[in-house]
Amino acid sequence: MSNVKPLPRWADLLLLPLINLCAAFFICGIVVWMIGENPIEALSVMIKGAFYYPGSLGYTLNYTTNFMFTGLAVATAFHAGLFNIGGEGQAYVSSLGIVFVIAVFAPFLPALLVILLCIPAAAIMGGVWAFIPGYLQAKRGSHVVITTIMFNFLAFALMVWLLAGPLLERGQQSPQTPKIPDNAILPKMETALGWFGMDIASSPLNLSFIVALVASFIFWILIWKTRLGYQIRTVGKNQDAAHYAGINVSRIIIITMMISGAFAGLLAVNAVMGVQHRVVLNYTAGYGFTGIAVALMGRNHPIGIFFASLLFGALFQGGAELDFEFQSITRDMVLLIQGMIILFSGALAYMFSPSLSRVITGLSRKEASHD
Amino acid sequence: MIDFFYQILWTLDATLRVATPLILCAMAGIFSERSGIVDISLEGKLLSGAFVAAAIAAVTGSAWLGLFGAIGASVLMSLLHGFATITHRGDQVVSGLAINILASGLTVILGIALFKRGGQTPTLASDERFRPQELWFVDLMDNIPILGPIYRELISGHSLLVYVALLCVPLASFILYRSRFGLRLRAVGEVPIAVDSAGVSVTWLRYRALIVGGVFCGIAGAYLSISHGANFVREMSAGKGYIALAAVIFGNWRPVRAFMACLMFGFLDAITSRLQGVDLPLIGEIPAQLMLALPYILTILLLSGFIGRPSPPAAIGKPYIK
Amino acid sequence: MTASSNTTSGESAASFALELQKISKSFGLVQANKDIDLRIEKGTIHGIIGENGAGKSTLMNILYGLHRADSGDMFIDGKPAKIKGSADALSLGIGMVHQHFMLIPRFTVLENVMLGSEGGALLGAGRVATAQRLQELGQTFDMVVDPDALVSDLNVGMRQRVEILKALKSGANILILDEPTGVLTPQEATQLFEILDKLRDNGVTVLLITHKLAEIMAITDNVSIMRRGEMVGHRKTSETNPQELAELMVGREVLLNVEKPEANPSDVALSVSGLGCYSSRGHKILDNLNFEVRAGEILGIAGVSGNGQTPLMEVLAGMRKPDEGQFEILGTTITADTHVTPSDMRANGIGHIPEDRHKHGLVLEFEAYENMVLGFHDTSVTGEKRLMDRKHMIAHCAERMEEYDIRPRAPHLPAKNFSGGNQQKIVVAREMYENPKLLIVGEPTRGVDVGAIEFIHKQLIALRDQGCAVVLVSVELDEIMGLSDRIMVMNKGEEVATISGADADAQKLGLMMAGISEGAGA
Repeated sequence: MSNVKPLPRWADLLLLPLINLCAAFFICGIVVWMIGENPIEALSVMIKGAFYYPGSLGYTLNYTTNFMFTGLAVATAFHAGLFNIGGEGQAYVSSLGIVFVIAVFAPFLPALLVILLCIPAAAIMGGVWAFIPGYLQAKRGSHVVITTIMFNFLAFALMVWLLAGPLLERGQQSPQTPKIPDNAILPKMETALGWFGMDIASSPLNLSFIVALVASFIFWILIWKTRLGYQIRTVGKNQDAAHYAGINVSRIIIITMMISGAFAGLLAVNAVMGVQHRVVLNYTAGYGFTGIAVALMGRNHPIGIFFASLLFGALFQGGAELDFEFQSITRDMVLLIQGMIILFSGALAYMFSPSLSRVITGLSRKEASHD
Repeated sequence: MIDFFYQILWTLDATLRVATPLILCAMAGIFSERSGIVDISLEGKLLSGAFVAAAIAAVTGSAWLGLFGAIGASVLMSLLHGFATITHRGDQVVSGLAINILASGLTVILGIALFKRGGQTPTLASDERFRPQELWFVDLMDNIPILGPIYRELISGHSLLVYVALLCVPLASFILYRSRFGLRLRAVGEVPIAVDSAGVSVTWLRYRALIVGGVFCGIAGAYLSISHGANFVREMSAGKGYIALAAVIFGNWRPVRAFMACLMFGFLDAITSRLQGVDLPLIGEIPAQLMLALPYILTILLLSGFIGRPSPPAAIGKPYIK
Repeated sequence: MTASSNTTSGESAASFALELQKISKSFGLVQANKDIDLRIEKGTIHGIIGENGAGKSTLMNILYGLHRADSGDMFIDGKPAKIKGSADALSLGIGMVHQHFMLIPRFTVLENVMLGSEGGALLGAGRVATAQRLQELGQTFDMVVDPDALVSDLNVGMRQRVEILKALKSGANILILDEPTGVLTPQEATQLFEILDKLRDNGVTVLLITHKLAEIMAITDNVSIMRRGEMVGHRKTSETNPQELAELMVGREVLLNVEKPEANPSDVALSVSGLGCYSSRGHKILDNLNFEVRAGEILGIAGVSGNGQTPLMEVLAGMRKPDEGQFEILGTTITADTHVTPSDMRANGIGHIPEDRHKHGLVLEFEAYENMVLGFHDTSVTGEKRLMDRKHMIAHCAERMEEYDIRPRAPHLPAKNFSGGNQQKIVVAREMYENPKLLIVGEPTRGVDVGAIEFIHKQLIALRDQGCAVVLVSVELDEIMGLSDRIMVMNKGEEVATISGADADAQKLGLMMAGISEGAGA
């Protein structure tokens, strides 16, 4: 039989992604080696930087939080067969929702209520920014990939204008808003755990991590348990069948894009209310694009997305450590690794599949012949 | 009045300068997309071309070697895109995205490793770059009113690569519409199985389209770092690849129309820097961000069918499976 | 059963334009072609007949290099031939007109014909030469086509001519036509046969792949019959008859032997009046349709595919809006202005087994239990809770699998891993579960094995006898005649005539499908 059998489920879900990941790291290792540094050493510096030093885990998990939001955003769209490259812009513009809620409600509402209003406001604003590409795809047939790219640039332009103009903190040179009031600040994780008598090292990690975990759970319920999720997945796999089944495809596309944008929008909760305590220029820092890598690696499943986010969190945090320890390699290494991971677990996801399948078939055949 | 005339000339001159990398990248995008392959990796190819051109020119002192290096690097990126999307039928958007991120990481890493200047390359001397060149008879033409200044300020005085970019448009048009390669390329972007059943390899055809695109992007990259600029700076492509992609769409995947779109986008850019801080009568000061966002807004409007109807190649984005 | 070949392997008599020896090909576990032997005499029209899925197209794709045979030998003009790709086939003089035309709609006729043999790196000279050659060919074979017309502007018949011209232009002397009349009107088909006659007179060998007996009898010199991936017989057309061919094709005397008691029609379930529809390009695809279907009867709709059956079913199922007229379906009146969705229709008691289960009826990647609720995701089959009840759905699926004998009984198996017959049973089980009062059925047994065909037919009759109104669309006349109580024949979106099932015979229906309504008694 010349035909290659499909991979068993465990190999497809675990082994293949792992092989792809190793391939990505291997190529990056070669680059490090070519530069004249020791790849193993670089890796151990990164691992130490991400997990070992006091507080480093908090930094890592803080990055993880961001990637979970953008990863969930990309994954939501993927389930409907849509490619949302606009997470970056949606996460950026969503801070306006927070700014709005603070301006209107912070003067008289207590902290808990302000925070509980800010979180949906960020999500809604992200959803609104994703609504237009979704609407244009559903009703006018313009491809969501291209429009979301364009909307990223529009978001950048809009935010630069707002931050340097109407929202600029008085007397400030660099484009940023004034500090948000105390009742809109999300408590840090060290503070929150302190309430329960636990003592952890100081880091930017804050309660938005919990928001991310809740978001992951909501995502799981949404996609696999609700009728909306069923409709989203049907549209993603077969639009004709969806139409036949009485699913309003346009409507689902728009809703999915808005939910996707809402997940991305939650990133602002962490960045603005948890870490910076103001809206600063470019706080999204490419996390929206990293979300694509996260969703691809995590196979659009919340558990996979969590681990992929953790991996990227460690890479970003550990990568920063490279700056201190090495002369010639910097945190830009992380970009390379990220690119390689997108390449291997995205575009080349099934490159190793046939050979892996042959190996597995070969092994199981050998086992069978031993019996 | 004379002053105003020169203002216009200088703005148009700047337009041409800004539009040059856009034009080259747009032609690259047309070749790739007309063959059926989505190419958001224009940005990454442009960036890697810019880096390699500056790096080689800095090391060897030769602008020409820099140019060829840039082309080589950009073609290599194209081949990677092809390997992922043609050979392994990977998602074209994902692959393009990976290449863009790879390029922005790799250029800085290699830049630091080679030159230890935080990712920049050393500033090139004048003879290590493609410098503006005066065309023939400039002095002679000076005597002619209106045409003289147009010739001196607008037509003459650009680097070789600007003229190359301008030549690329009719060249691309000629290849696409008058050559066998072009006919097959357009066909493979519409109905690849028709090309296959005519006995022509879809794979090789698409690879060639990507390689041609790589050459164009390489030239564009070299223009950025060793002609327009005098060194490589991190992220110096600054979204130009995406604007070029917008121009491709705006030009309905046709060279001459895409060229016009590039000029329009270039003009918007040029006029933005001219209008910076200028209070226009009635309107007031136009935010620069609005002007910079205009290409994207226009493209979105076009894509949504509010101005004209785009007709992308029928097979774009779909890997060919027999 | 296979015809024996009396030449030893490795050589072939030169009088054959084409000879195949022991060609085999499998896709995964499916053996599409098994030990195929075939000899085609030069300058003849040779028919290859078989049912859908008999392996004809695979064989032709092997001949044309689009697939590679796993084993076997091929000879062209007596010489061994290795065909690794379509380029090889072309250079050996094999041309193919595919079932789905391989033309580029945005190109002109000339550009399409040139593609692949442009005559130089630049197009200029080739354009002139090709235009000239087109004209010559057009005159020789009576196929004049405007070389500068855009293919997207041509009708189907003209497009097919372009395909033929394309093959001839690249020097084909063996021309393969794969189901060439499937999309043609009878008139266009007649014209095509005239062209094929001319081709034969000029020494071209023609290979005609079809599942229509009438075509074989009308035009071919020799015929080979395929069944289930094997060659089961070779005949001279003049020495055989449709009966014999049909028996060879299906491997048994009668295709349909469903017990069908007398129908007992009662109330009108569906009443259509003045129904009309336009395509997105503005062509009229349904024209002033008026008919009724009563509970307890099966109305068969016969016609060459593409004569309005698909849009009719879509309109009835709520997937498409009518542009003119109205219909009353189970008490609800629907006009162009009614907002109605397929879900509304289902809620109203309408079931819909779509023509193309892969396109519409199933989400192939979904597991069987998820497919078992497709279209019913808002109803109680997904449980009564706010969230979808997975356990409930799996149990529901398992019950349906038992009831309809769907194999394997695996609710977790993705739909794509079931055989065609079992996939269709999933759709049938789903659409029949809610006891529809009106069932719209399209091509219920296309690509389905014999056992499943009988089962599905019995289910349809049983449903009718429970008082369901059934609208059955099929291009298989046997199926229409075997099941229908009344038969409406459609042509170009119009009703040609409606006759009672008992009065129908293939000849009469064939005439009416061609748009000729004389002699039809209602």
